[in-house]
Amino acid sequence: METLEAQRVGLDAGDVSSRELVTRAVARARELADRLNAVVGLREEAACAEAAEADERHVRGQLRSPLDGIPLVLKDNMVQCGEPTTCASRILENFVSPYDSTVVERLRSAGAVIIGRANMDEFAMGSSTEHSIFGPSRNPWDTDRTCGGSSGGPAVAVAAGITPFALGSDTGGSIRQPASFTGVVGMKPTYGRVSRWGLVAFASSLDQIGPFAHSVRECAWILREIAGHDRRDSTSLPFPVPDFAEALTGDVSGLTIGLPREYFVEQGADPEVLALVRAGVAELESAGAKVVEISLPHTGYVVATYYLVATAEASSNLARYDGARYGRRASGVTNLEQMYRRSRSEGFGAEVKRRILLGTYVLSAGYFDAYYRKAQQVRTLVRGDFERAFEECDVIATPTCPEVAFEIGAKTDDPVSMYLGDIYTVSANLAGLPGISLPCGLVRGMPVGMQMLGRAMDENTLLRAADAFQRRTDHHARRPPEFS
Amino acid sequence: MSRITREDVERTAALARLQLREQEIEAMTRDLDRILDHADLLQQLETEGIEPTAHAIPLPTPTREDRACSGIDPELALRNAPERQGSAFVVPKVIEGQES
Amino acid sequence: MNRQPLARYEVVIGLEVHTHLKTESKLFSPAPIRYGDKPNHNVHPIDLGMPGVLPVLNREVVDLAIRLGLATHAVVNKRSVFSRKNYFYPDLPKGYQISQYEEPVVSDGWIEIEQSTSAKAPAKNAASVADTVSKRIGITRAHLEEDAGKSIHDAAVAGSDDTHVDFNRAGVPLLEIVSEPDLRSPAEAGAYLRSLRSILRYIEVSDAEMEKGQFRCDANVSLRPRGSEQLGTRTELKNINSFANVEAAITAEIARQAAILDDGGEIVQATMAYDPETGRTRVLRLKENADDYRYFDDPDLIPLIIGDEQIEQVRAAMPELPEQKRERFQSEYGLSDYDARILISNRALADFFEQATRAGGSPKSVANWMSRDLLRELNECDLELEQAAITPAALASLIELVAEGRLTAKSARDLLPDLVREGGEPEALMQRRGLEAVSDSGLIDGVVGEVLAANAALVESIRDGDDKPLNFLMGQVMKATQGKANPGEVRRKLIEKIRG
Repeated sequence: METLEAQRVGLDAGDVSSRELVTRAVARARELADRLNAVVGLREEAACAEAAEADERHVRGQLRSPLDGIPLVLKDNMVQCGEPTTCASRILENFVSPYDSTVVERLRSAGAVIIGRANMDEFAMGSSTEHSIFGPSRNPWDTDRTCGGSSGGPAVAVAAGITPFALGSDTGGSIRQPASFTGVVGMKPTYGRVSRWGLVAFASSLDQIGPFAHSVRECAWILREIAGHDRRDSTSLPFPVPDFAEALTGDVSGLTIGLPREYFVEQGADPEVLALVRAGVAELESAGAKVVEISLPHTGYVVATYYLVATAEASSNLARYDGARYGRRASGVTNLEQMYRRSRSEGFGAEVKRRILLGTYVLSAGYFDAYYRKAQQVRTLVRGDFERAFEECDVIATPTCPEVAFEIGAKTDDPVSMYLGDIYTVSANLAGLPGISLPCGLVRGMPVGMQMLGRAMDENTLLRAADAFQRRTDHHARRPPEFS
Repeated sequence: MSRITREDVERTAALARLQLREQEIEAMTRDLDRILDHADLLQQLETEGIEPTAHAIPLPTPTREDRACSGIDPELALRNAPERQGSAFVVPKVIEGQES
Repeated sequence: MNRQPLARYEVVIGLEVHTHLKTESKLFSPAPIRYGDKPNHNVHPIDLGMPGVLPVLNREVVDLAIRLGLATHAVVNKRSVFSRKNYFYPDLPKGYQISQYEEPVVSDGWIEIEQSTSAKAPAKNAASVADTVSKRIGITRAHLEEDAGKSIHDAAVAGSDDTHVDFNRAGVPLLEIVSEPDLRSPAEAGAYLRSLRSILRYIEVSDAEMEKGQFRCDANVSLRPRGSEQLGTRTELKNINSFANVEAAITAEIARQAAILDDGGEIVQATMAYDPETGRTRVLRLKENADDYRYFDDPDLIPLIIGDEQIEQVRAAMPELPEQKRERFQSEYGLSDYDARILISNRALADFFEQATRAGGSPKSVANWMSRDLLRELNECDLELEQAAITPAALASLIELVAEGRLTAKSARDLLPDLVREGGEPEALMQRRGLEAVSDSGLIDGVVGEVLAANAALVESIRDGDDKPLNFLMGQVMKATQGKANPGEVRRKLIEKIRG
């Protein structure tokens, strides 16, 4: 009974209570702490109390949403009033938020029960959940391998059956890539769909919150609850939220799926991964979809563009961690400059420092035009690529990652190779488009994700295509053998 | 494009208020150099006259009514303060010439 | 040292004014704007730069910026962009200030300044408009930005070496108004500031009270040899906090630069501070390592788009501008150009005038009393009109008492200091001070008789055709009646009795 849908059925039938689900989730999080390290903070007492309220609502027949009474974990970068939020960083290790994020408010009014906080790369900077003060999370399919990142903890929590769903954030693939590595569904909505109020910023023009679950249908339910206009976020889209689940008709006839030629070259990508994605697309073709080859000519430039834009924004977003008002202050400092330098140097890990330096450098006098402004211009070109592509197709299908999950430690000394792993995912963030990663099979025992990208604001078509795939396949029903 | 030097890293670290150990300076010099080497790919593209994209959404900024709330409880504001006196945050002294 | 550097050098001055906008809530947060609260008592998580907070623009601020644009004949830009100015300081909660950099909301405007041609500094409450020339000063741009919090470094205040930080002011909306380098003397700089402040207050964009930190000024100052077209190296005088100090600080900086140039030295780019105690400027820091603020568009805020409709709405609701008011005062109240200029020189004076008129004072007399006696009294007390206790109704009734002959003009003037400082009703005050005009003819006859008897020789010379001693005799009578007698009546009675 570890999927959201199964738990919903169980709750509705009275076979199980929210209290039981929450207690079980908390117990499983503890049980798997040493082996997987997915959940880094539990709020057991509060969660149990909230579950008890959900059970009372059940008795009164006052169901708030399909998520009512269902436990989840939040990536540790979404604030909740009175609870710690660390971003897996030493600099925020003792921070307790004085306010709620919008997603927390919305989950609460949907009746969902947050049982705790999930591991991540520090400040969401990384693709492996190795850069964390809590230590790395591990992949339940092979605990020597990474679970991907930066939303590794939420992905593992779902993959290993701790909670049936979770929320992560995606700046350059941080939901889709760990979903791909751990064999679950992970979705990044259109930029602006879900409010960023209370999401600790990494790169503001790219960050977006989204769900992890086992099925597309479940993601549609979750998105329905957390999406929507928010006046506290100036980049929140002022449009109504459709009932995404209603769009899931299973019908893909008349739908055109584009395969970007640049993504299927075998240079750098695992041929077996590409083959599985091709097979997935063929499945949809046999269901009546039309498949066309498209071109995204600037694909070779997206990683560079992404890392220049994202680190520039991050260098500014992370300036507030200075030891003055909250967070860690180095001990024994005698003047202000010392406080800044020592607090920040002791508080941030190597990857965060690397990105702050890179971002500071590309914004600094003499380099701004050559790097930052240039990257913003190429961002325009990348958006143009997608505008043209979506004239020819409704959905784009690609691998989520060039490879299956790599071994822990394999890329920590080679940032460029780590960054290049994001080649298929960063474009959606640069262009603000919705994207989803779905399990589409195993290579050498490790899950492979198929990514689908949709038009901005058109999650419905994207979800319909992804759901149609899941109706015809059972990849998403596979569980890691040791953790099922 | 020019290669990253140690001095570049030191200057940038000073701007970012990071204090790097000797070893870190070397590692960062190497890493930044490799990353920017990859980023130099962008120089191949002709971008003359192309509008830069700062935001992925083509809407004007929203505004809010000029109505004041009561602000948060000062205790909540100061709850995370590493050091405070009364309701003020306290930081170590500013050395003359440091102000920006 | 040569005391007249401006004989050899031409000074080029540009001013940057930061003015607080008159809003209920902050620029990007809903926290209230209040002055004088305990530290951190009106802050929102946004003002503290808490993790995860986001800015949302206050609509009223945009209207106020448009208003300033319209009042300064400027371009209100249809598109403007909020940028981040990155630097570290304890009073800057996010590590960056949200400001407008490449695309400000207002650009290319001007205002007019009135400059006295006499060397005397203009009076505090009104420019001496008798001999003035007007000059147009360009406004390069005006942009929106958030104010910082306050760092209190003073050991005496903080009680230790540490710095105390208060974020009540953090996020208060500011307009930074940058002038062209069109100003050519400290006096012009002062006149520009007074004129700009007057406009800001007129159009209710800002209370612009310097002592509350709502109106702050930085000055860029450079010298060049007279006749030279090339600009000299400039220094920036920071945070000059009173009108008196602006002119003094610039004068001091001119003297400092001139002394260096006279010795064949070179001016070094620097940020300067003025010390009112010593009357000198000193280097705060050199600009050789130019600040690298790493400006870039704030990704949390999309560009601000202002439509024609919004500009027209603001235009329609625009308060009357000083020039419009001057014309109306002349046509509606029949005031002279001189009186009208004085009364419109600040909004408080103009409003006081109209209120006193509505309370029954004849416009001409109200204008006379205000432009001469009231302003002189205010200057003597070193008060702004708003700080004075006198009400428009009180001035109107004072004028009425004079018109009715119940109070002599002299007595009325004697009551003014009390009215200005203490307030109150003129009639009650007149009675309490026993200044009601003497209309008892018998009493005046008696005094006149006594004065004539005591000055027989003078009476004789008047009878011989010399009128000069008459004034002396009048003075004697007035003195004996403590100024309460009606001077016209005294004069009439004196002549009557002398000439028989």
